[in-house]
Amino acid sequence: MVDLVLTARELSKRFNEITAVDRVSFTIERGESFGFLGPNGAGKTSTMRMISAVSQPTSGELTILGLDPRTDGPEIRGRLGVVPQEDTLELELSVRLNLEMFGRYFDIPRSTLRERATELLAFAQLSERADDRVEELSGGMKRRLTIARALVNRPEILILDEPTTGLDPQARHLLWDRLYRLKREGVTLIITTHYMDEAEQLCDRLVVMDHGTIVATGTPRELIAHHSTREVLELRFDTDSHEDFHARLAPFAQRVEVLPDRILLYVDEGDDTLRQLHAERLTPMSSFVRRSSLEDVFLRLTGRTLVD
Amino acid sequence: MSVSDDVGLGWPRWRRSWWYHATYYAQTWRGSVASTVLFPIFYLVALGVGVGHLVAKHHGLVDGQTYLHFIAPSLLATTTMQLGESESLWPVLAAVKWVRSYHAAVASPLEPRDILVGKLSWVTTRAFGTGVVYTIVIAAFGGLQSWWGLTLPLIGVLITLAFAAPFVAYAAAVQSDASFVAIYRFAIIPMFLFSATFYPVSAYPGYLRPLVQFVPLYHGVALARSAAFGHWPLLATVGHLTVLGSMSVVGFLWGRWSLQRRLVD
Ligand SMILES: Nc1ncnc2c1ncn2[C@@H]1O[C@H](COP(=O)(O)OP(=O)(O)OP(=O)(O)O)[C@@H](O)[C@H]1O
Ligand SMILES: [Mg+2]
Repeated sequence: MVDLVLTARELSKRFNEITAVDRVSFTIERGESFGFLGPNGAGKTSTMRMISAVSQPTSGELTILGLDPRTDGPEIRGRLGVVPQEDTLELELSVRLNLEMFGRYFDIPRSTLRERATELLAFAQLSERADDRVEELSGGMKRRLTIARALVNRPEILILDEPTTGLDPQARHLLWDRLYRLKREGVTLIITTHYMDEAEQLCDRLVVMDHGTIVATGTPRELIAHHSTREVLELRFDTDSHEDFHARLAPFAQRVEVLPDRILLYVDEGDDTLRQLHAERLTPMSSFVRRSSLEDVFLRLTGRTLVD
Repeated sequence: MSVSDDVGLGWPRWRRSWWYHATYYAQTWRGSVASTVLFPIFYLVALGVGVGHLVAKHHGLVDGQTYLHFIAPSLLATTTMQLGESESLWPVLAAVKWVRSYHAAVASPLEPRDILVGKLSWVTTRAFGTGVVYTIVIAAFGGLQSWWGLTLPLIGVLITLAFAAPFVAYAAAVQSDASFVAIYRFAIIPMFLFSATFYPVSAYPGYLRPLVQFVPLYHGVALARSAAFGHWPLLATVGHLTVLGSMSVVGFLWGRWSLQRRLVD
């Protein structure tokens, strides 16, 4: 029996003439981590704000934890944790106070909050910085504090809007590690990102969004299997225009994508294809075989790369 | 709109927002208390005693009062007006745009309306505290002539609310603080100077007197004088209360609308 924590049907959000989210439908099960992958302006934040029961959908149906956000907003929000795209911390106050003061919004007794803040600071690896002003923290630390703050009410669902954008690789890995831990503890995670590696690492299931619509849904593996080949052969030729090679390479691959600086050949066995090319005297300046990723799925579905 | 809209002011959730503001203040108040106590003393000594000395030499009494006693209540009125302004313009724009504290709050069970009520109740709490200090100082200078003087902190609360409510609403709607300095220079300061603060309305030429009625602070100053002197002309009092009350109510409704738009739409 699947336990759905969230159901969205034909959900739309319009701002005057802009349609930020255009009739999207999806369901999220308890305990899974569900991703929204999409480029800038795809409508990820607008979707997150609706499923956080903050902004009202322009049209469509939305059920969160069995409740209707139009009538039960406060109750729903009491059971969610939200990590917004932009931090909303009180910079002039201490790290600990940021947790405790936010906890009061949920009417959690002060003594409980003191204990919980101590636990959460340990979880966020910020115990040593408890009494420092937030202003003095690094970007990664602020992000971890924002996550800790979102957990202050022990949420059933944690919604994270681009949790690692702008962080260096080490800070990202530290943050991913914290999110795995929450997942193991049974928290449902909803994550938006425009990093395909983040989506692959963190998400059990995801939707690919573009221009306000969902263009594909599935597990990372399903999406790759369905929309791409097993391997990708990346080639660079000694030329000003890779476009010229398109027609000549097409017979060797299931699909050819020409990017400004290289050509991608979608094939099952990259090395085999490369040998065939050499046999035909189509010798690239450099070549590289890799497995297909969500980046390729995105390119296939939208004709664009994710990070521009 | 949500069903919980019917719960009126949103009791008791807005208390959580009040508490947030109070905790924040408790962390950052140092300095402001000293000035709350010292400012009225300096002011009354400089203007009340100093200028009052000149006034006494040339004219004797003003509206039947010594100059010090005449300006003491208006001091409370101007200060509570400025509290309503300074607590509302920049802090609210910061909370919706720069620091985004109110965006954090709407992700909790609070609704925009709770944040508004919490904010206004906190600002009026401060107004009451300031009003009490000022009333004590005024009393120490012998400026209270009736037990009605004890209502001065409440008059202060009304004045602060009448300015804070529309200023919160305005600050929640704008994109930058460009207009705030202009508001201070061309609204707050002139009101401070021309609301029959330092001299009675009778100092204006006859044709100008009715115009003073359009200055919101004038009504606050008049009420504060009524309280200090225990003299409440019925019709005028009803008029003053109506003006300040309407500013509060209209500001509150406007604030609900603009915070709703800014935070959740
Ligand atoms: N409050 C708003 N008013 C008007 N337009 C808006 C508003 N919020 C979002 N939009 C528009 O809706 C579209 C989707 O924006 P959204 O922020 O949801 O995208 P996103 O996928 O989160 O992008 P990013 O990766 O840059 O965060 C954009 O065209 C944006 O300009
Ligand atoms: Mg976004």
